[in-house]
Formats: sequence, C-alpha cells, structure tokens
Amino acid sequence: MRRLRFLSLLWGGVRGRGMTGAAPITVARPDPEGRMADNIVYFARALRKAGMRVGPASVKDAIEAVLAAGIGGRDDFYWTLHSVLVSRHEDHAVFDEAFRLYWKSRELVEKMLAMFSPVAPDRRERVKPRAAENRVSQALFEGQQKNRLPREVPEIEVDARFTAAGDEVLRGKDFAQMSAAEIAQAKKAISELRLPFDLVTTRRFKPDPHGRRVDPRAMMRSASRMGGELILPKFRSARQVHPPLVVLADISGSMSQYSRIFLHFLHALTEKRRRVHAFVFGTRLTNLSRQMRHRDPDEALADCALAVKDWSGGTRIGEALAEFNRLWSRRVLGQGAIVLLITDGLERDDVEGLAGEVERLHKSCRRLIWLNPLLRFDGFEPRARGVRAMLPHVDEFRAVHNLDALADLVASLDKRSAQGVDPRRWLEPAARFAA
Amino acid sequence: MTELKPRGLPQSIDETLDLLTASNYVADRALATVLFLSLRMKRPLFLEGEAGVGKTEIAKVLAESLGRRLIRLQCYEGLDVSSAVYEWNYAAQMIEIRMEEASGAVERSAMERNVFSEKYLIRRPVLDALTGKAGAAPVFLIDELDRTDEAFEAFLLEILSDFQVTVPELGTIRAEEPPIVIITTNRTREIHDALKRRCLYHWVDYPDAARELEIVRTKVPQANSRLSAQVVSFVQRLRQIDLFKVPGVAETIDWAGALTELDKIALDPETISDTIGVLLKYQDDIARIGQGEGRRILDEVKAELAAAE
Repeated sequence: MRRLRFLSLLWGGVRGRGMTGAAPITVARPDPEGRMADNIVYFARALRKAGMRVGPASVKDAIEAVLAAGIGGRDDFYWTLHSVLVSRHEDHAVFDEAFRLYWKSRELVEKMLAMFSPVAPDRRERVKPRAAENRVSQALFEGQQKNRLPREVPEIEVDARFTAAGDEVLRGKDFAQMSAAEIAQAKKAISELRLPFDLVTTRRFKPDPHGRRVDPRAMMRSASRMGGELILPKFRSARQVHPPLVVLADISGSMSQYSRIFLHFLHALTEKRRRVHAFVFGTRLTNLSRQMRHRDPDEALADCALAVKDWSGGTRIGEALAEFNRLWSRRVLGQGAIVLLITDGLERDDVEGLAGEVERLHKSCRRLIWLNPLLRFDGFEPRARGVRAMLPHVDEFRAVHNLDALADLVASLDKRSAQGVDPRRWLEPAARFAA
Repeated sequence: MTELKPRGLPQSIDETLDLLTASNYVADRALATVLFLSLRMKRPLFLEGEAGVGKTEIAKVLAESLGRRLIRLQCYEGLDVSSAVYEWNYAAQMIEIRMEEASGAVERSAMERNVFSEKYLIRRPVLDALTGKAGAAPVFLIDELDRTDEAFEAFLLEILSDFQVTVPELGTIRAEEPPIVIITTNRTREIHDALKRRCLYHWVDYPDAARELEIVRTKVPQANSRLSAQVVSFVQRLRQIDLFKVPGVAETIDWAGALTELDKIALDPETISDTIGVLLKYQDDIARIGQGEGRRILDEVKAELAAAE
C-alpha cells in the first residue's frame, strides 16, 4: 500500500486494482499523463549530452517499454530503460552512471526504495570515481557548477620531472576523467591529423575515372550490359591506405605529467584508425592495444591504469626498446609501420645499449618519429647522453610546444608543421657535448 | 605428373602419426592430434609459429601421403579476388563479342551467356580448391596469411565457413567436398579472432633435442652421427640465448647438410665461425656468437655429449 502511494506521487495517478487494497500487486501501471514521461525524456536528454546515441524514437520506445513492463523495483526499471536506450556495449558504463546520478538527484527511485525497503539504501562514499562519472554529471548539472573550481588534473604522486631514475618503482594511477568537451575536441583533432608519410600505395585498385590503368573487368561488365555494342574504357587507380601506427610512449616519472594526454591521444587514435598498436614503458614495457580498443575513453583509461604497473617510476628506455624489438617488432611492424616514440630521452642506465636498440627499431620500421616534450624549451640542447645516443637513428625529431592539451600533441605530429624536424641539425651540437 | 591415388583419411591419432612418419615428417603427438581432429571435424587447421619450424611442410606431406592435390595460395599484400579466386579472360571475351557481332546475330542475353561462360573463366587457387570430388578433396594450403591485409582475411572468413564462391555471371560454385584447409602464419601481424575461431589452432614450437636429432637423421641421413648430435645440441643451446632471431629447424637441417658437404665429422670453433651464416641471419647475433660465446657453447656441447657416452 505504501508503495502504491509512492507511485501515485511519482506519476500522478495509478491505474489498477491495487487502490482498493484487495490484492497486493507487485506491478503498478504508471499513468503516461504524469511525470514519468517527462522524467524519461529528461533522462534521455542527459544521456545524449553525455555522448550516447539516444534519438527521439528510442525515448518513445523507452516510455512504451516502461508502460508495458511496469515497475517491479529499481532493477526492473533500470533494465527496462537499459534495454531500450543502450544499444552499444560501451554505453553501458555511461548509462549506469547516469541512472545512478539522475534518479538519485531527483530522489525518485531512491525514495521509492526507501519507502518499501526496511534497510536504508547503501550510500557509502566511493573512493574511486566510476568510469564516465565526470561526463555524466557534467551533462546532468550543466550550468549549475560555474563557480566550482576545476578539478585537479592527473594526480601525480611524486613530481620527478627532469630526473631519470633507473630504479623500478611500481605505482598505480588514477586519471581524471574525460569531459564530453574533451572527447569531442579529441575526435576533431585526430580527424584533422595528417601524419607525415601517412599513406602507402597498396596493390589493390579502386575505380577511378581519372586513373591511369585500364579496368578490364569493369569494361566487360558494362559492355555486356549494353549488349556488347560499345566497349567503353574504364579506369582504376591504386588504393592508398594508412600504414599501421605503433606508438611507444614513455610514462616514467619525468614524463608522468603527460601520461593522461598520451593515453587520451592513443585512445582517440585507436578509434579513428584501424591498425594502431599502443605501448607504454617506464621500467617495463606494456602493450595497451587491447585496452585501448574499449570504445569508452574512461573505461579504456581505467583498464590501462590497471594494466600498467610502473606509472611514474624510473626510466629504462634501452631495456624497454630491447624488449619491444625482441618480442613485438616482428609482430606489429610488418606492412610498413610508422613508429611514434614519445620520450624525453633521459636515460640513466646503459646508453650504448640504447643506441643499438634505437638503431634496430629504426631499421625495422618505415619511419621513426621521435617526439620530445623537452624540445619545447628554447634553450634545449642535446646534452643528455640518452638524447645523443638516440638522435642519429631517428627520421624526425619533433617538439611539443605545450603538452597540456591533446590538440597540441596532434598539431606537433602533423606533417604540415614539418620545419626543423630533421634530427641532423642537432647532431653537431650533440657531438660538441660528447667531446 | 604421376596419377594421384587418393587415400582415405586416418582414423586415429596413431594412424595420423604413422602417416606423417611414413612421409619422413617427424611430428610430435600434439601436432598429430590436432591434425587428426582437423581432418575428422573438417575444420581448417591454423598453424602459427616462427619461420622455419616446418609449418608449410605439413601441408605438403599431408597432400603427398593422402594422394591429394596440393593447392597453394601464397599470400602477399594486395592479394585480391582476381588473383586469388577467379578472373575472366578479357582478350578472349572481346574477340567473342566481335565474332558474334560479325556473324550478325546479336541477342543480348545469349551473348552474355556466351561471353561469361566457363570457357573464359580463369580459375585461381580458391576456386580450384572448391572443385574437389567426393573422397578426393584437395589439400588447400593458405601460406603466410599474415602477409595479406584484413580485407582479404574477411573474404577468407566467408570461404572457410561456407566453402562456396559466388561469381556474379555464373552463380554460386559450391564444393562437393570441402578441401582440407591448412593456414600458416609467421605472426608478423595478428590475425583476427573471428578467423581463428573457425579453425583449430596449433602453435608449432621448436622441437626438443631428441626429436630434432631424429629430424636431422631423417633429412640428412648422410651426416656423421656424432656431427648431427653436436649440431643439434649446439642449436638447442643457441635457442636458450637471448638472440634476435634464433635458428629454426630448417636452419639446423641446412647446417648439418652444409657441414656434411664440407666433409666435417665434428664441430670445431673455426668451422662454426665460418659457417655460422647458415644458422644466424642477423649481424648482431653473428658477432655475438662468433666472439667467444660460440666456443663456450661448443665446450658445453662436447662436455654434455662426453657425459652421455
């Protein structure tokens, strides 16, 4: 009875025999005229803002589904909406979080639960943010948080910038979550990215009226359509595709402030292109390609955070590259891969070994692009021994001017910003330091 | 070409093992098991492993011992339908069109039938593999699948599940009996899970010392028995060292053959450094083994063999 009263409060009226108090019913039929429909519409709108694909048709379906299924409890309500509104696996996390926040903030389902459950709902404070929480809460409470200070972006436990340590320190890491604006920006930036030497000609062909090769198969087909009276020439040209891209990113202490950007970049890249292999290294090498394939960036980053054991630890570039060369290069560098190596080159350990490994890496890929965030300082000099060891073996040596945003990373990789990327101009100063 | 006499498939793992042994292929029981299952369940066999461990050889031996035709599709980047499945003989087709025009009777549907008839169809390996008679299905070897691209892999997926090909002008061609499919890859690229799922997977590993010795004795019977034992033991030790590319079985056989050609009956440090190029193909590895480490391994080998005698 209590429950029915609550439902009527929610949806403005209840149809059914329950009102007479004769038989206890478990399912109430909400009145579509009430607030239920409005609430679902708002909820769907929030989901859309959080990046899910929810069209008006699915909102209508959702309302109908709730009408059809009735409300048996919070779980039923959840799964009823879930079945209609979620159509991709990666949206599950967003939906889950939105449901929790929305129906809590409106105190609807919570109230409902509280009214017919003797146990108060579990409202323990969670320590870790859930995937997609940031995005969903932004979508829900847009405009209400202008005065709030921006959250501290990634949590860095030890500020070890500009120091190279060979010791292995294993740390976990939590990344601040992506905002919807960030994701949109990342997608835009990545779609505009033109990497140098980014197209390879394949031996496959595509129909092309301006092509230079005759396409006999198309000619015969079109000729037979016209009864063979005319055999008109058709042309084709070689198809071009992006070669595989292998990214090796340094996540050691000296680079730790950039790791969130890297991962975000890697995720956006993996989503955009087909053959992307992502590796990160500090004191050990971790392959993140599988984790990156998760469509939701927050979930992907959370998986990465779990998979990597050496966040912000020491640097062993040489060893990490040796491991890559031995275990992975033959598996991922086939078919003319481009390698992006993102590191500051501050190696402490074995510099001779490092030079050999970079040389091998250079010889097994199509193009080796080294992106060094230290190069952005005007007074950069190839003083560090690691930098001097690696310089002779890279094809391009690129700077990142400001690694606080993904757009900057993308801009610095773009082939249109190609001036001064030749590593040879650094060789002479490097030789001076060696002397 | 000798007439092929198709034989029935082996009925047990032991029979499979015997079949391979009879054709001079020294297999372990794991391989015989997976091969037997693939023949029995009519599922493609997906063989992955380093270069030179005898993956392609399995298909050759199987075709030979079962008396089946071996159809080989060597994969490469850019492999497409016209070089893998079928192609029309365009020049002949154009002549046919001209002939029909000249004879005056140009009726559209008849002409299409004539021009796109089997007469002008050039069969490539995939189509060839689907034309086996019952009880004599060919062995279809798809070699080095990792060299081709994902687009072809997706196409193959369709072939391997239905064993049929549609030529738009002719209709669907279906295999009377599906071919025995063997796919090999060197893992220079990951093959998609969907394709692997349809196959029985086997990782062809380097053999252990006893089996490798047996392989060398089978393949290089003229080699001195002491030499073969030393060669195998040396190679086995090389595989434990952290080299960029460790030698495969093919290299062991080559090396044993090369040393026999040089009339050697035992290994010595000079011979090793002179012939190491047969075993190792990377300069870093050669430099490392040539300098001292080769001698050290040889000493170990000799000590081990002396202890065994």
